[in-house]
Amino acid sequence: MNISIVIIGSFLVLAIILGLFARKGQDMDMEQWAVGGRSFGTIFIFVLLAGEIFTTFTFLGATGFTFSSGMSAIYVFNCFFFIVAYWILPPIWKYSKEQKLLSQSDFYVKKYDSTTLGVIVAIISIIAIIPYLIVQLKGLGIIVSEASYGAISPNVAIFIGVLSVTFYVIISGIRGSAWTAIIKDIMILAVIVFMGIYLPMHYYGGFESMFKAIDKEKIDFLTLPDSGLSTTWFITTTIMLGVSYYMWPHMHTSVYASKSAKSIRWTAATMPIYSTILIFALFIGFAATLQVTDLGGASTDLVLFKFAKMSFDPWLVGFIGAAGALAALVPSSLLLTSAATIVANNVYKVWKPKTTDQQLANITRIFVPIIAIVALYGTFNGGKTISTLYLMAYSLMAQLFPALFFSLFKKNPVTLPGAIVGMVSGVAMVAYLTITNTTIGDLFPSFPQVLKDFDVGLVVVILNIVITLAVSAFTRNYKAVSKAEREESVVRNESLEVVKE
Amino acid sequence: MKKLSVILSLIPAIGCLMVINRVEPYVLGLPFVLFWQVSWVILTSVFLLLAYKVDPDNKEESES
Repeated sequence: MNISIVIIGSFLVLAIILGLFARKGQDMDMEQWAVGGRSFGTIFIFVLLAGEIFTTFTFLGATGFTFSSGMSAIYVFNCFFFIVAYWILPPIWKYSKEQKLLSQSDFYVKKYDSTTLGVIVAIISIIAIIPYLIVQLKGLGIIVSEASYGAISPNVAIFIGVLSVTFYVIISGIRGSAWTAIIKDIMILAVIVFMGIYLPMHYYGGFESMFKAIDKEKIDFLTLPDSGLSTTWFITTTIMLGVSYYMWPHMHTSVYASKSAKSIRWTAATMPIYSTILIFALFIGFAATLQVTDLGGASTDLVLFKFAKMSFDPWLVGFIGAAGALAALVPSSLLLTSAATIVANNVYKVWKPKTTDQQLANITRIFVPIIAIVALYGTFNGGKTISTLYLMAYSLMAQLFPALFFSLFKKNPVTLPGAIVGMVSGVAMVAYLTITNTTIGDLFPSFPQVLKDFDVGLVVVILNIVITLAVSAFTRNYKAVSKAEREESVVRNESLEVVKE
Repeated sequence: MKKLSVILSLIPAIGCLMVINRVEPYVLGLPFVLFWQVSWVILTSVFLLLAYKVDPDNKEESES
């Protein structure tokens, strides 16, 4: 057994113990399990919201994307994430506290007074969560397999990881995720900062000399290209990711877990400083550009570990692997918690409305391993379309933004039919464009390059907003009519009761 | 004060989208395009913390 396996195994055991310890002294009812009893202070909210910046996708993806595409990787520095968080999350939290919401679908159910909309949002969210979970699990397989020098196969690593996460999620819920997120962030920070400073110094003698060497060897690698991953692509992708980032169900449950709006604002204001650490992930990718010359046909996601194995002893590779494994497991645990809550609360309970709170808490825990098994099946049987699914997942979540955004207005201009038609048509457009791999350039070949490079997800969100507002304008009387019908129905029932008596 | 906090938070939103797509001059060892983006991310924190300071909602919550 090599030293790296021992290190990875030790940190996995530590994460499980922390995850189980998290429930100590807590009566695990549904509210405690799903949203931590709405009692999380600034530190827990920070690691849950800001910790999402450092997942396996950023750990492997940011270095790999820099290695293959150069400066276009600056899209990871997204100011919009934080500005959207500062203004949108506090009112969401306030409403969730007033209405005692447990899931992201609950928000739409209460705002639009419709369980049907809740079911639609739940289905869209689950469709988006599964590929996001698969991305995390595939990353976990790559990380552990590479860090153990092939001693553990990717599938075995994924199976052990899913088993561990499922175990502590069932027992501790979001509290387990919060505690393990702290150790995950400390380890990821240590690894990324160390590698991001050491590798450019060791191979090039410094940052400026590294960039000058790259600029000499690879012309235009250090600027955004004129077409494709261009400035237009950067701007539109930044906005699209900014609006979809907080639509994720696990982001909502992290917000609901806060004990005040003030701690959410403070987290949003300090998160940008924290995200600048991603520059070290870019440094690793840039440093690898002229050093890792043969990936052996493997995916660029493997660059970080190929480079680490070239440069470090096995014990350090094991530590890097342990940090990467936690970067996959912690987001997976949050995704499992929120997905199970949505299925139980917004689908099962609609189907069986007489379910008691205690029954619902038990059923939610039963859904955790079921969702984990679906994700495992997708991971073991999915092809190379994971990155496509990942982008589709983000574009799908962005379709929930218009109905949520307008519902925060004092006078919501969106009606229930408008919200449903906008959402469903947005999802249909995203599915078509992703499956057929169509870009704006394909649809409108005569457009100037500036328009061709538009992020297709953002274009669909804009169309979604237009459709939502147009349908709402035609169905403006819906609210008044449906309310009057409900009141009339109540009066009619009461009259029938009187007649019977 | 609410308007001021909105304006303060919108400044970095505009700044970070104005990409200056050039390698030179190098600043702190970084190509200019990278230095520019990272600077705006740090400035986002500065502006949001200023918005946080002047935001009347925070004062109301502290008092309650």
